[in-house]
Amino acid sequence: MPKKKIVIKKHVLMPKHVKLIEKEKKDLLERYKISLNELPKIIKNDSAIVSLNVKIGDVVKITRESPTAGEITYYRVVVNG
Amino acid sequence: MGIYQEYKEKLPLSLFEEVKEKTKGMPASKAKKVLARVYKAYLNAKVEAGESVGLVAAESLGEPGTQMTLNTFHFAGVAEMNVTVGLPRIIEILDGRKEIKTPMMEIYLKNPYSKGKDIKRLALSIKETTLKDVITEVSANIAEKKIEVKFNKENMKEIGITSSHVISACGKAFKGISIKKTDDGMLIKIKGGEDKINEVYKIKERIKEVYIKGVKGIKQILPVKRGDEFIIITAGSNLNEVLGLKEVDETRTVSNDIYEIANVLGVEAARQAVINEVNKIIEAQGLNVDMRHIMLIADTMCFSGNIKGITRYGVVSEKASVLARASFETPIRHIINASLVGEVDKLSSIVENVMLNQPVPVGTGLPGLVVKVRK
Repeated sequence: MPKKKIVIKKHVLMPKHVKLIEKEKKDLLERYKISLNELPKIIKNDSAIVSLNVKIGDVVKITRESPTAGEITYYRVVVNG
Repeated sequence: MGIYQEYKEKLPLSLFEEVKEKTKGMPASKAKKVLARVYKAYLNAKVEAGESVGLVAAESLGEPGTQMTLNTFHFAGVAEMNVTVGLPRIIEILDGRKEIKTPMMEIYLKNPYSKGKDIKRLALSIKETTLKDVITEVSANIAEKKIEVKFNKENMKEIGITSSHVISACGKAFKGISIKKTDDGMLIKIKGGEDKINEVYKIKERIKEVYIKGVKGIKQILPVKRGDEFIIITAGSNLNEVLGLKEVDETRTVSNDIYEIANVLGVEAARQAVINEVNKIIEAQGLNVDMRHIMLIADTMCFSGNIKGITRYGVVSEKASVLARASFETPIRHIINASLVGEVDKLSSIVENVMLNQPVPVGTGLPGLVVKVRK
Protein backbone atom coordinates (compact mmCIF):
# COMPACT_ATOMS: atom_id res chain seq x y z
CA MET A 1 0.00 0.00 0.00
CA PRO A 2 1.31 3.49 -0.75
CA LYS A 3 2.99 5.23 2.15
CA LYS A 4 3.17 8.92 2.95
CA LYS A 5 5.09 11.02 5.39
CA ILE A 6 3.21 11.42 8.65
CA VAL A 7 2.44 14.98 9.65
CA ILE A 8 1.69 14.55 13.33
CA LYS A 9 1.42 18.26 14.05
CA LYS A 10 -2.16 18.39 12.87
CA HIS A 11 -3.37 15.49 14.97
CA VAL A 12 -6.37 16.18 17.21
CA LEU A 13 -4.52 15.01 20.31
CA MET A 14 -1.58 17.27 19.62
CA PRO A 15 -1.38 20.70 21.26
CA LYS A 16 0.84 23.43 19.86
CA HIS A 17 4.50 23.31 20.92
CA VAL A 18 6.69 26.41 20.72
CA LYS A 19 10.29 26.83 21.85
CA LEU A 20 10.87 29.77 24.19
CA ILE A 21 13.72 32.19 23.51
CA GLU A 22 16.22 32.88 26.31
CA LYS A 23 14.53 36.06 27.50
CA GLU A 24 11.07 34.48 27.69
CA LYS A 25 12.57 31.58 29.58
CA LYS A 26 14.16 33.92 32.12
CA ASP A 27 10.92 35.86 32.53
CA LEU A 28 8.99 32.65 33.10
CA LEU A 29 11.31 31.42 35.82
CA GLU A 30 11.25 34.82 37.48
CA ARG A 31 7.49 35.18 37.28
CA TYR A 32 6.83 31.91 39.09
CA LYS A 33 10.01 32.11 41.22
CA ILE A 34 11.12 28.62 40.29
CA SER A 35 14.24 26.90 39.06
CA LEU A 36 14.46 25.00 35.82
CA ASN A 37 14.27 21.52 37.35
CA GLU A 38 10.96 22.26 39.03
CA LEU A 39 9.22 22.47 35.66
CA PRO A 40 7.50 19.45 34.12
CA LYS A 41 9.77 17.64 31.70
CA ILE A 42 9.75 16.58 28.09
CA ILE A 43 12.16 14.09 26.58
CA LYS A 44 14.53 15.53 23.99
CA ASN A 45 13.49 13.17 21.22
CA ASP A 46 9.77 13.41 21.91
CA SER A 47 8.02 13.22 18.53
CA ALA A 48 6.27 16.53 19.11
CA ILE A 49 9.45 18.59 19.39
CA VAL A 50 11.90 16.98 16.98
CA SER A 51 11.16 19.68 14.40
CA LEU A 52 11.74 22.50 16.92
CA ASN A 53 15.46 21.83 17.07
CA VAL A 54 15.71 22.02 20.84
CA LYS A 55 18.62 21.27 23.16
CA ILE A 56 18.77 20.18 26.80
CA GLY A 57 17.61 22.93 29.14
CA ASP A 58 15.34 24.68 26.65
CA VAL A 59 11.77 25.38 27.68
CA VAL A 60 8.89 24.42 25.42
CA LYS A 61 5.64 26.33 25.68
CA ILE A 62 2.57 24.20 25.07
CA THR A 63 -0.77 25.76 24.26
CA ARG A 64 -3.46 23.27 25.12
CA GLU A 65 -7.15 23.40 24.50
CA SER A 66 -8.90 23.01 27.81
CA PRO A 67 -12.55 22.12 28.35
CA THR A 68 -12.65 24.27 31.48
CA ALA A 69 -10.51 27.30 30.67
CA GLY A 70 -10.72 27.43 26.89
CA GLU A 71 -7.00 27.62 26.39
CA ILE A 72 -4.16 27.05 28.77
CA THR A 73 -0.40 27.38 28.53
CA TYR A 74 1.90 24.79 30.01
CA TYR A 75 5.67 24.70 30.11
CA ARG A 76 8.01 21.77 29.91
CA VAL A 77 11.77 21.75 30.15
CA VAL A 78 13.70 19.58 27.71
CA VAL A 79 15.65 16.78 29.38
CA ASN A 80 17.67 13.76 28.34
CA GLY A 81 15.98 10.44 28.55
CA MET B 1 -11.05 47.80 23.59
CA GLY B 2 -8.76 49.15 26.24
CA ILE B 3 -10.79 47.92 29.18
CA TYR B 4 -10.60 44.33 28.00
CA GLN B 5 -6.85 44.30 27.55
CA GLU B 6 -6.25 44.51 31.28
CA TYR B 7 -8.26 41.37 32.00
CA LYS B 8 -7.14 39.30 29.04
CA GLU B 9 -4.12 38.03 30.95
CA LYS B 10 -5.95 37.68 34.24
CA LEU B 11 -9.01 35.64 33.21
CA PRO B 12 -9.13 32.21 31.58
CA LEU B 13 -9.81 32.45 27.87
CA SER B 14 -13.27 30.88 27.83
CA LEU B 15 -14.44 33.14 30.66
CA PHE B 16 -12.94 36.20 29.03
CA GLU B 17 -14.62 35.47 25.70
CA GLU B 18 -17.96 35.00 27.37
CA VAL B 19 -17.81 38.27 29.25
CA LYS B 20 -16.69 40.04 26.12
CA GLU B 21 -19.64 38.64 24.22
CA LYS B 22 -22.19 39.51 26.90
CA THR B 23 -20.96 43.05 27.53
CA LYS B 24 -21.10 43.97 23.86
CA GLY B 25 -22.73 47.36 23.39
CA MET B 26 -22.50 48.23 27.06
CA PRO B 27 -21.07 51.56 28.11
CA ALA B 28 -17.40 51.24 28.98
CA SER B 29 -17.81 52.12 32.65
CA LYS B 30 -20.49 49.48 33.12
CA ALA B 31 -18.51 46.83 31.25
CA LYS B 32 -15.54 47.61 33.43
CA LYS B 33 -17.64 46.98 36.52
CA VAL B 34 -18.81 43.64 35.13
CA LEU B 35 -15.24 42.65 34.40
CA ALA B 36 -14.15 43.56 37.90
CA ARG B 37 -17.00 41.52 39.40
CA VAL B 38 -16.26 38.52 37.18
CA TYR B 39 -12.61 38.70 38.10
CA LYS B 40 -13.50 38.75 41.78
CA ALA B 41 -15.82 35.77 41.39
CA TYR B 42 -13.08 33.96 39.46
CA LEU B 43 -10.57 34.53 42.22
CA ASN B 44 -13.05 33.19 44.76
CA ALA B 45 -13.67 30.10 42.67
CA LYS B 46 -9.99 29.26 42.41
CA VAL B 47 -8.59 26.42 44.50
CA GLU B 48 -6.86 27.85 47.52
CA ALA B 49 -3.18 27.42 48.11
CA GLY B 50 -2.53 24.42 50.31
CA GLU B 51 -5.61 22.51 49.25
CA SER B 52 -4.97 18.76 48.89
CA VAL B 53 -6.12 18.53 45.31
CA GLY B 54 -4.59 15.11 44.78
CA LEU B 55 -6.52 13.63 47.66
CA VAL B 56 -9.76 15.12 46.39
CA ALA B 57 -9.05 13.77 42.90
CA ALA B 58 -8.39 10.30 44.30
CA GLU B 59 -11.63 10.32 46.25
CA SER B 60 -13.61 11.69 43.34
CA LEU B 61 -12.43 8.96 41.01
CA GLY B 62 -12.41 6.20 43.61
CA GLU B 63 -15.99 6.61 44.70
CA PRO B 64 -17.65 6.08 41.28
CA GLY B 65 -15.10 3.31 40.74
CA THR B 66 -17.01 1.20 43.24
CA GLN B 67 -20.06 1.29 41.00
CA MET B 68 -18.40 0.29 37.77
CA THR B 69 -18.78 -3.01 36.01
CA LEU B 70 -16.09 -5.61 36.27
CA ASN B 71 -16.85 -7.26 32.97
CA THR B 72 -15.63 -6.95 29.44
CA PHE B 73 -18.25 -6.58 26.77
CA HIS B 74 -18.66 -7.83 23.26
CA PHE B 75 -19.09 -5.63 20.31
CA ALA B 76 -22.29 -6.12 18.38
CA GLY B 77 -21.42 -6.91 14.81
CA VAL B 78 -20.22 -9.58 12.46
CA ALA B 79 -16.78 -9.94 13.93
CA GLU B 80 -16.72 -10.63 17.61
CA MET B 81 -14.63 -8.09 19.44
CA ASN B 82 -13.88 -7.79 23.10
CA VAL B 83 -13.61 -4.39 24.70
CA THR B 84 -12.25 -3.78 28.16
CA VAL B 85 -14.56 -1.35 29.91
CA GLY B 86 -15.35 -0.26 33.42
CA LEU B 87 -12.99 -0.59 36.34
CA PRO B 88 -10.47 -2.95 34.69
CA ARG B 89 -9.89 -0.43 31.93
CA ILE B 90 -9.56 2.51 34.37
CA ILE B 91 -7.00 0.53 36.36
CA GLU B 92 -5.18 -0.34 33.15
CA ILE B 93 -4.91 3.29 32.10
CA LEU B 94 -3.98 4.75 35.47
CA ASP B 95 -1.43 2.03 36.18
CA GLY B 96 0.22 2.92 32.91
CA ARG B 97 0.30 -0.67 31.67
CA LYS B 98 2.45 -1.20 28.64
CA GLU B 99 0.51 -4.21 27.39
CA ILE B 100 -3.16 -3.43 27.40
CA LYS B 101 -5.78 -6.15 27.24
CA THR B 102 -7.72 -5.03 24.18
CA PRO B 103 -5.81 -2.61 21.96
CA MET B 104 -8.14 -0.90 19.52
CA MET B 105 -8.01 1.76 16.87
CA GLU B 106 -10.55 4.06 15.34
CA ILE B 107 -9.43 4.75 11.82
CA TYR B 108 -10.97 7.77 10.15
CA LEU B 109 -10.76 7.96 6.39
CA LYS B 110 -10.30 10.70 3.87
CA ASN B 111 -12.93 11.65 1.36
CA PRO B 112 -14.11 9.76 -0.80
CA TYR B 113 -13.28 6.66 1.28
CA SER B 114 -15.17 8.11 4.25
CA LYS B 115 -18.32 8.07 2.12
CA GLY B 116 -18.05 4.31 1.74
CA LYS B 117 -15.95 3.98 -1.40
CA ASP B 118 -14.03 0.71 -1.45
CA ILE B 119 -14.58 0.37 2.27
CA LYS B 120 -14.42 -3.41 2.29
CA ARG B 121 -11.31 -3.66 0.18
CA LEU B 122 -9.64 -0.95 2.26
CA ALA B 123 -10.53 -2.59 5.54
CA LEU B 124 -9.23 -5.95 4.33
CA SER B 125 -5.99 -4.39 3.15
CA ILE B 126 -5.40 -2.90 6.61
CA LYS B 127 -5.99 -6.20 8.37
CA GLU B 128 -2.94 -8.32 8.96
CA THR B 129 -3.15 -11.34 6.68
CA THR B 130 -1.24 -14.45 7.61
CA LEU B 131 -1.02 -17.65 5.61
CA LYS B 132 -3.80 -19.35 7.57
CA ASP B 133 -6.29 -16.79 6.27
CA VAL B 134 -5.76 -17.80 2.64
CA ILE B 135 -5.44 -21.57 2.80
CA THR B 136 -7.85 -24.44 3.25
CA GLU B 137 -5.51 -27.27 4.15
CA VAL B 138 -1.96 -28.07 5.22
CA SER B 139 -0.76 -31.65 5.10
CA ALA B 140 2.70 -32.97 5.88
CA ASN B 141 4.38 -35.97 4.38
CA ILE B 142 7.07 -37.06 6.78
CA ALA B 143 8.69 -39.73 4.62
CA GLU B 144 9.33 -37.37 1.72
CA LYS B 145 9.80 -34.29 3.96
CA LYS B 146 7.15 -32.42 2.03
CA ILE B 147 4.37 -30.10 3.11
CA GLU B 148 1.43 -29.58 0.84
CA VAL B 149 -0.59 -26.39 1.17
CA LYS B 150 -3.91 -25.82 -0.56
CA PHE B 151 -4.91 -22.24 -1.26
CA ASN B 152 -8.33 -20.73 -0.79
CA LYS B 153 -8.66 -18.91 -4.09
CA GLU B 154 -11.78 -16.99 -3.11
CA ASN B 155 -10.23 -15.48 -0.02
CA MET B 156 -7.11 -14.62 -1.95
CA LYS B 157 -9.11 -12.82 -4.56
CA GLU B 158 -11.03 -10.87 -1.93
CA ILE B 159 -7.86 -9.72 -0.21
CA GLY B 160 -6.22 -9.05 -3.53
CA ILE B 161 -3.12 -11.22 -3.54
CA THR B 162 -1.79 -13.81 -5.96
CA SER B 163 -0.29 -17.24 -5.43
CA SER B 164 3.18 -16.03 -6.37
CA HIS B 165 2.95 -13.33 -3.72
CA VAL B 166 2.17 -15.93 -1.06
CA ILE B 167 4.92 -18.23 -2.24
CA SER B 168 7.58 -15.54 -2.15
CA ALA B 169 6.43 -14.47 1.34
CA CYS B 170 6.78 -18.03 2.58
CA GLY B 171 10.12 -18.44 0.85
CA LYS B 172 11.52 -15.42 2.67
CA ALA B 173 10.25 -16.60 6.05
CA PHE B 174 12.19 -19.88 6.23
CA LYS B 175 15.65 -21.07 5.35
CA GLY B 176 16.49 -24.42 3.83
CA ILE B 177 13.27 -25.03 1.93
CA SER B 178 12.25 -24.99 -1.68
CA ILE B 179 8.73 -24.15 -2.83
CA LYS B 180 7.05 -25.33 -5.96
CA LYS B 181 3.76 -24.06 -7.27
CA THR B 182 1.04 -26.64 -7.88
CA ASP B 183 -2.41 -26.39 -9.44
CA ASP B 184 -4.31 -25.50 -6.31
CA GLY B 185 -1.57 -24.52 -3.89
CA MET B 186 2.10 -25.04 -3.21
CA LEU B 187 4.47 -27.83 -2.32
CA ILE B 188 7.21 -27.16 0.23
CA LYS B 189 10.21 -29.43 0.27
CA ILE B 190 12.62 -29.37 3.20
CA LYS B 191 16.24 -29.71 2.17
CA GLY B 192 18.69 -31.95 4.03
CA GLY B 193 18.87 -35.50 5.33
CA GLU B 194 17.05 -37.65 7.87
CA ASP B 195 17.86 -35.30 10.75
CA LYS B 196 15.52 -32.68 9.35
CA ILE B 197 12.35 -34.66 10.03
CA ASN B 198 11.60 -32.63 13.14
CA GLU B 199 11.77 -29.52 11.00
CA VAL B 200 8.79 -30.73 8.98
CA TYR B 201 6.53 -30.56 12.01
CA LYS B 202 7.93 -27.24 13.14
CA ILE B 203 7.52 -25.60 9.77
CA LYS B 204 4.06 -27.04 9.31
CA GLU B 205 2.88 -25.19 12.40
CA ARG B 206 4.91 -22.05 11.97
CA ILE B 207 4.03 -21.51 8.34
CA LYS B 208 0.44 -20.73 9.25
CA GLU B 209 1.62 -17.56 10.98
CA VAL B 210 3.70 -16.25 8.10
CA TYR B 211 2.94 -12.58 7.49
CA ILE B 212 1.67 -11.92 3.99
CA LYS B 213 -0.04 -8.57 3.74
CA GLY B 214 -1.59 -5.70 5.65
CA VAL B 215 -0.62 -3.79 8.77
CA LYS B 216 1.12 -5.85 11.42
CA GLY B 217 -0.79 -6.07 14.68
CA ILE B 218 -4.26 -5.41 13.29
CA LYS B 219 -6.11 -8.59 14.19
CA GLN B 220 -9.69 -7.76 13.30
CA ILE B 221 -11.50 -5.10 11.35
CA LEU B 222 -15.00 -3.73 11.57
CA PRO B 223 -16.16 -1.01 9.21
CA VAL B 224 -18.99 0.96 10.82
CA LYS B 225 -20.96 4.06 10.00
CA ARG B 226 -20.70 6.82 12.55
CA GLY B 227 -22.78 9.88 11.86
CA ASP B 228 -22.60 10.25 8.09
CA GLU B 229 -19.15 8.81 7.53
CA PHE B 230 -17.60 5.40 7.54
CA ILE B 231 -14.83 4.57 9.96
CA ILE B 232 -12.92 1.37 10.59
CA ILE B 233 -12.67 0.00 14.09
CA THR B 234 -9.88 -2.48 14.58
CA ALA B 235 -8.81 -4.92 17.23
CA GLY B 236 -5.07 -4.63 17.61
CA SER B 237 -3.20 -1.43 17.15
CA ASN B 238 -0.35 -0.05 15.07
CA LEU B 239 -0.66 3.72 15.02
CA ASN B 240 2.61 4.46 13.26
CA GLU B 241 1.88 2.27 10.25
CA VAL B 242 -1.78 3.19 9.93
CA LEU B 243 -1.12 6.94 10.05
CA GLY B 244 1.25 6.46 7.13
CA LEU B 245 -1.43 5.03 4.85
CA LYS B 246 -2.59 7.31 2.08
CA GLU B 247 -6.34 6.74 2.56
CA VAL B 248 -6.28 7.42 6.30
CA ASP B 249 -7.15 10.76 7.85
CA GLU B 250 -4.05 11.22 9.99
CA THR B 251 -5.52 14.05 12.04
CA ARG B 252 -8.29 12.10 13.74
CA THR B 253 -7.22 8.47 13.76
CA VAL B 254 -6.57 7.36 17.32
CA SER B 255 -5.53 4.29 19.24
CA ASN B 256 -6.47 3.39 22.78
CA ASP B 257 -2.92 2.37 23.59
CA ILE B 258 -1.48 5.26 25.59
CA TYR B 259 2.13 4.11 25.22
CA GLU B 260 1.82 3.89 21.48
CA ILE B 261 0.44 7.42 21.36
CA ALA B 262 3.33 8.62 23.53
CA ASN B 263 5.80 7.03 21.11
CA VAL B 264 4.21 8.27 17.92
CA LEU B 265 2.76 11.64 18.94
CA GLY B 266 4.65 12.57 22.09
CA VAL B 267 3.89 12.99 25.75
CA GLU B 268 1.41 15.85 25.41
CA ALA B 269 -0.80 13.86 23.07
CA ALA B 270 -0.58 10.96 25.50
CA ARG B 271 -1.79 13.20 28.31
CA GLN B 272 -4.81 14.16 26.24
CA ALA B 273 -5.36 10.50 25.39
CA VAL B 274 -5.38 9.56 29.09
CA ILE B 275 -8.01 12.21 29.74
CA ASN B 276 -10.13 11.15 26.78
CA GLU B 277 -9.95 7.45 27.59
CA VAL B 278 -10.80 7.84 31.28
CA ASN B 279 -13.60 10.23 30.46
CA LYS B 280 -14.99 7.86 27.87
CA ILE B 281 -15.20 5.02 30.38
CA ILE B 282 -16.80 7.15 33.07
CA GLU B 283 -19.39 8.55 30.70
CA ALA B 284 -20.21 5.13 29.26
CA GLN B 285 -21.02 3.93 32.77
CA GLY B 286 -23.39 6.82 33.32
CA LEU B 287 -21.23 8.33 36.02
CA ASN B 288 -20.04 11.87 36.42
CA VAL B 289 -16.58 12.99 37.51
CA ASP B 290 -15.31 16.53 37.10
CA MET B 291 -12.80 16.92 34.27
CA ARG B 292 -10.34 18.72 36.52
CA HIS B 293 -9.68 15.64 38.62
CA ILE B 294 -8.88 13.57 35.57
CA MET B 295 -6.73 16.35 34.16
CA LEU B 296 -4.73 16.50 37.38
CA ILE B 297 -4.15 12.76 37.31
CA ALA B 298 -3.11 12.87 33.66
CA ASP B 299 -0.73 15.76 34.35
CA THR B 300 0.86 13.84 37.20
CA MET B 301 1.29 10.75 35.06
CA CYS B 302 3.01 12.74 32.31
CA PHE B 303 5.07 15.04 34.52
CA SER B 304 8.40 13.34 33.90
CA GLY B 305 8.08 13.27 30.13
CA ASN B 306 7.29 9.56 30.08
CA ILE B 307 4.07 7.87 31.06
CA LYS B 308 4.25 6.90 34.71
CA GLY B 309 1.46 4.86 36.23
CA ILE B 310 0.03 5.53 39.67
CA THR B 311 1.95 2.54 41.06
CA ARG B 312 5.01 1.96 43.18
CA TYR B 313 7.10 1.69 40.03
CA GLY B 314 5.57 4.82 38.56
CA VAL B 315 4.84 8.16 40.17
CA VAL B 316 5.34 6.90 43.71
CA SER B 317 8.97 6.03 42.98
CA GLU B 318 9.52 9.68 42.02
CA LYS B 319 8.63 10.96 45.48
CA ALA B 320 11.47 12.72 47.22
CA SER B 321 10.75 11.37 50.69
CA VAL B 322 11.80 7.87 51.75
CA LEU B 323 9.09 7.64 54.37
CA ALA B 324 6.40 8.64 51.90
CA ARG B 325 7.53 5.93 49.50
CA ALA B 326 7.74 3.37 52.28
CA SER B 327 4.21 4.17 53.39
CA PHE B 328 2.74 3.22 50.01
CA GLU B 329 3.87 -0.33 49.30
CA THR B 330 6.83 -2.60 50.18
CA PRO B 331 8.06 -0.46 53.14
CA ILE B 332 11.01 -2.60 54.16
CA ARG B 333 12.65 -2.61 50.78
CA HIS B 334 12.44 1.18 50.53
CA ILE B 335 13.89 1.72 53.96
CA ILE B 336 16.74 -0.73 53.38
CA ASN B 337 17.62 0.83 50.03
CA ALA B 338 17.50 4.32 51.50
CA SER B 339 19.76 3.38 54.39
CA LEU B 340 22.26 1.76 52.01
CA VAL B 341 22.80 4.99 50.10
CA GLY B 342 22.32 7.32 53.06
CA GLU B 343 19.24 9.11 51.81
CA VAL B 344 18.04 12.23 53.62
CA ASP B 345 14.36 12.95 54.27
CA LYS B 346 13.57 16.65 54.32
CA LEU B 347 10.08 16.03 55.81
CA SER B 348 8.61 18.47 53.35
CA SER B 349 5.46 16.54 52.48
CA ILE B 350 2.44 15.06 54.18
CA VAL B 351 2.81 11.35 54.88
CA GLU B 352 6.19 11.61 56.57
CA ASN B 353 4.91 14.35 58.87
CA VAL B 354 1.88 12.28 59.82
CA MET B 355 4.26 9.46 60.71
CA LEU B 356 6.31 11.72 62.96
CA ASN B 357 3.26 13.35 64.54
CA GLN B 358 3.97 16.81 63.22
CA PRO B 359 1.67 19.37 61.59
CA VAL B 360 1.26 18.53 57.90
CA PRO B 361 2.02 21.20 55.31
CA VAL B 362 -1.47 21.37 53.78
CA GLY B 363 -4.22 23.92 54.23
CA THR B 364 -3.63 26.02 57.31
CA GLY B 365 -0.55 23.96 58.12
CA LEU B 366 1.24 25.30 55.05
CA PRO B 367 2.23 28.85 56.02
CA GLY B 368 4.94 29.20 58.62
CA LEU B 369 4.58 31.92 61.19
CA VAL B 370 7.16 34.62 61.53
CA VAL B 371 7.03 36.16 64.94
CA LYS B 372 8.42 39.56 65.62
CA VAL B 373 9.71 39.46 69.13
CA ARG B 374 8.93 42.61 71.08
CA LYS B 375 11.80 43.98 73.05
